[in-house]
Amino acid sequence: MCKPNADEHSHSHHHGNGHPHTHDAEGQTTRVRVERDVLDKNDRLAEYNRGWLAGRSVLALNLVSSPGAGKTTLLERTVRDLAAEFPVSVIEGDQETDRDAQRIRAAGCRAIQINTGVACHLDASMVARALSELAPVSGSVVFVENVGNLVCPALFDLGERAKVVVCSVPEGDDKPLKYPHMFRAGEIVLLNKMDLLAHVPFNLDRFLDGVRAVNSELRVIPISALHGDGLADWYDWIRDQVARPQRAAI
Amino acid sequence: MHELGITQEVVAIAEEHAKGQRIARVVLEIGKLSGVFPDAVRFCFELCAEGTAVEGAKLEIVETPGRARCRACNNEVPLEKPFGECSCGCTDLEWLAGDELRVRELEII
Ligand SMILES: Nc1nc2c(ncn2[C@@H]2O[C@H](COP(=O)(O)OP(=O)(O)O)[C@@H](O)[C@H]2O)c(=O)[nH]1
Ligand SMILES: [Mg+2]
Ligand SMILES: [Zn+2]
Repeated sequence: MCKPNADEHSHSHHHGNGHPHTHDAEGQTTRVRVERDVLDKNDRLAEYNRGWLAGRSVLALNLVSSPGAGKTTLLERTVRDLAAEFPVSVIEGDQETDRDAQRIRAAGCRAIQINTGVACHLDASMVARALSELAPVSGSVVFVENVGNLVCPALFDLGERAKVVVCSVPEGDDKPLKYPHMFRAGEIVLLNKMDLLAHVPFNLDRFLDGVRAVNSELRVIPISALHGDGLADWYDWIRDQVARPQRAAI
Repeated sequence: MHELGITQEVVAIAEEHAKGQRIARVVLEIGKLSGVFPDAVRFCFELCAEGTAVEGAKLEIVETPGRARCRACNNEVPLEKPFGECSCGCTDLEWLAGDELRVRELEII
């Protein structure tokens, strides 16, 4: 509807007929109403991914964090511990190298590496390509490890069921207030490296207050991906997601 | 910096509408709660427009203030950041405006 065409150029300038453009005084330029969401293309591809996943009964979870919060460590452990319950595979996003995919494969799991180059986040088209290559089996779980970045991945829907925010104790207790978009976009927070709580200044109550201020519905599970504390709750949360029927494509 | 990718997308949308003509002006709406910094988009715009139908176009950014409705008392709450508190103490807010990220209008030569 917002495409200029021959018809629109031939009619009167005082049209109350809903044509979405006007001419300037000299008739030199044409103003066109566009009203298009900038992320429209990504959002549509994300919806395509969502339908693709729902059609195969595959659960996709998008893990987001700052670099080094412990996503790969968590996934190494998670794929080992859950492999007996359901098929699991991983899509790894990093700007460079396939180190993380190698780590996941070493843990006995299928993994595909996406290198985003200059891009600081995964987008829905990258994940669409990775999914068709990965071809996850029906009833399986796909973990997507996003590029380490607490800002950009918040804006890009990949078609996942939920964003899992991994945050770690040494990053400080003010992260929710500093990166509100990510904590708003997330459905669950895994507070990692709890084993370091005694060694760094980190006020757990202040962290939880910050989470509540930004997103009152967000659940926080304190864990140690290194030592295994708290992971039982994380696994129960995944089991709940697997049991829930996939949302159909819109 | 996601603003680079976002600005590329803005230029792509404008080019699509240009249909071989040139773009003189792009009106972009960026809500205060969208997570996108207008200055970063301005910084990227010239670079992204280079060699396209958008090269030399003027970028006009309309910043929409954030507004929300309190789910407890129904009051309207202005939002400066992507979270806030109603005067009744409730933080459960439904966003009404401010998360826009939209190409509103183009001027085609
Ligand atoms: N102390 C401690 N270190 C951890 C924990 N989880 C991860 N790490 C370490 O944090 C560093 C970054 O972990 P990695 O999984 O690569 O983070 P990613 O960038 O989010 O994938 C590594 O040196 C891990 O061994 C944890 O629970 N406790
Ligand atoms: Mg990693
Ligand atoms: Zn209220």
